[in-house]
Amino acid sequence: MSPAAKQAKAKAAAKGGPILDVDRLAVSFTTEDGELRAVDGVSFDLAPGEILAIVGESGCGKSVTAQSLIGLTRASNARIEGAVRYRGKDISGLSDDELQDIRGEEIAMVFQDPMTSLNPVYRVGDQIVEMIQAHRDVPDEEAKGRAVELLRSVGIPNPDRRVNDYPHEFSGGMRQRALIAMGLALEPEVLIADEPTTALDVTIQAQILQLIERLNRDRGLAVVLITHDLGVVAEVADRVVVMYAGQIVEQGTLDEIFYDPQHPYTWGLLGSLTRLDQPRPERLPQIAGQPPSLLSPPSGCRFAPRCPHAFEKCAEQPPLEARVRAKQHLDRCWLTPKQKKELRTVGDRIGLEAPVSA
Amino acid sequence: MAKGEPLLEVTDLVKHFPIKEGIVIDREVARVRAVDGVSLTLREGETLGLVGESGCGKSTLCRAILQLTQPTEGSVRFEGQELVGLSRGDLQPLRRQMQMIFQDPFASLNPRKRVGQIVGDPLALHGLAKGAELKRRVQELLDRVGLQAEHYNRYPHEFSGGQRQRIGIARALALQPKLIIADEPVSALDVSIQAQIINLLDDLQDEFGLSYIFVAHDLGVVRHVSDRVAVMYLGKIVEDAPAAKLYERPIHPYTNALLSAVPIPDPKMNAAREPLVLEGDVPSPIDPPSACRFHTRCPWATEICSTEEPAMLEYEAGHTAACHHPRNVDDRKLAAAGSRK
Repeated sequence: MSPAAKQAKAKAAAKGGPILDVDRLAVSFTTEDGELRAVDGVSFDLAPGEILAIVGESGCGKSVTAQSLIGLTRASNARIEGAVRYRGKDISGLSDDELQDIRGEEIAMVFQDPMTSLNPVYRVGDQIVEMIQAHRDVPDEEAKGRAVELLRSVGIPNPDRRVNDYPHEFSGGMRQRALIAMGLALEPEVLIADEPTTALDVTIQAQILQLIERLNRDRGLAVVLITHDLGVVAEVADRVVVMYAGQIVEQGTLDEIFYDPQHPYTWGLLGSLTRLDQPRPERLPQIAGQPPSLLSPPSGCRFAPRCPHAFEKCAEQPPLEARVRAKQHLDRCWLTPKQKKELRTVGDRIGLEAPVSA
Repeated sequence: MAKGEPLLEVTDLVKHFPIKEGIVIDREVARVRAVDGVSLTLREGETLGLVGESGCGKSTLCRAILQLTQPTEGSVRFEGQELVGLSRGDLQPLRRQMQMIFQDPFASLNPRKRVGQIVGDPLALHGLAKGAELKRRVQELLDRVGLQAEHYNRYPHEFSGGQRQRIGIARALALQPKLIIADEPVSALDVSIQAQIINLLDDLQDEFGLSYIFVAHDLGVVRHVSDRVAVMYLGKIVEDAPAAKLYERPIHPYTNALLSAVPIPDPKMNAAREPLVLEGDVPSPIDPPSACRFHTRCPWATEICSTEEPAMLEYEAGHTAACHHPRNVDDRKLAAAGSRK
């Protein structure tokens, strides 16, 4: 995207206020082993026409966050706190019936695994038609025509013929396109895409990312993109939220996260990438250890047990707040910005490495 | 890294799966040409990366090399000895030399066996150790791959993905093999854990002088671990080169497209480049395109690509590719490659 387009987008975003506003969302599940706090006080907002990426490793709570936005984590053993506001209206307390008008119509979701998200015994077209007719009173013929149009708009070749295919006749990339088509059927304002390209090959991933970017540009579709791949983030996102062990550890614009990252976990993520655009390092930098169990997370900073820069203060949990000049750039680390600038430089790139003791 | 003698030589390896029809008599109606004439050489202590999209035959190739599936044609020589056609009994002692690490750490460990048994079974089966000696060796292995000796009595479900992959590595190492084929060993893991496993494989290679065939679809990971990289498309190798050269000057258009599709984790560089996005999907290996199999998706394809199969030519020392319209090649190299034909 050109800088001008980006600016225009930012301006439009500032005018309308956020389309989605998540306020101290907490989701916990009662399990045999105790209470598991999958999401622990997550707040962020999404501006109209914006692509927000939520990054983190498996088990960090990014998918639970995404699913909770449209009430998909409601279960008898789940406890959900906080608010999710869509255009200023709290939708977290709505009943399932009331949510029906939001799901698909306003906020749609695309799941990770295109192989299992479609029903194998129904034709792809019929599944899209079902989605349309569940919400709108449309005759069969018209709904079918709409399904063909949708498949065409996401780049499926020969949509009039393909609409009658079964999911197994589609390749992985085509299934993901079909799911996106289904998500777009009712022209939602927000698309939540949970690892939409993880199951796909790089060449197909590039096609899907191009599609998401095009939809964002042409229709002003706002996207919450859940991913663990920072390469994907760099390609499409406007803003980034980094999650670790159920909490947001850093949040900022794309450039802030990539060029001025404040949290050691973000440095670690950036550092452990095998990058094609840089000379090959002798040894791949790694983050030692594993994420903590969410049944009993560390009482202080949750990343401290894996952080080579941890010091006494880290026994106390750092709040998520702005520590650098940019007010929207938040992080959860006690180090001062000056210390961070020094510590994160490993060789000529950003990384997480133990300081050399004198 | 000094590379020694060829350890593994694969010549024109073919694996076709017949598709049969008929109720009483099976008639072969078509064939899935999963691996269709692959030649490779792996030297001692070397790591060969194998990349390609899903369905291109990478995994079948691995299995055919290890004789886990009977190749249709071709030859696989391990330390000079032909493997194709050997009986199970004759293969048994050779299997000690060749082990495999699988992709999915959740599916490749028996959930009802304890870690000690999983890692110890190869030793017991080959009659290399038993009793207290077996336990000691398994615990040594666990320790070597970064697990603890007390994990001996645990079950796989008690471990995270990265730890399970370590168990799989310990199992592969148990017989002190010379060759390890790792089929997507890190693709199911998170980035921070990926780095740990890659570094572990790296250390083990130095320590035990292992040779790897490293299959992955993540080109960044492959570049990091490989000395040489082979690119596969629809059952054939289309380019084979030293890792650095392949990434600097990819010759085959497919390699170019693959590399271009990898997102760069740097917003400014990402915005600056013009990505080459391939249209469509990989064609079916049941009825692959004629001549050059990539011509249906290739932006540079011309008439000749659909009528004449391009030969594998050597453009630079050790850098071969099969293409009528090679990229990143100047006239001098082109002429040299032509004369070497």
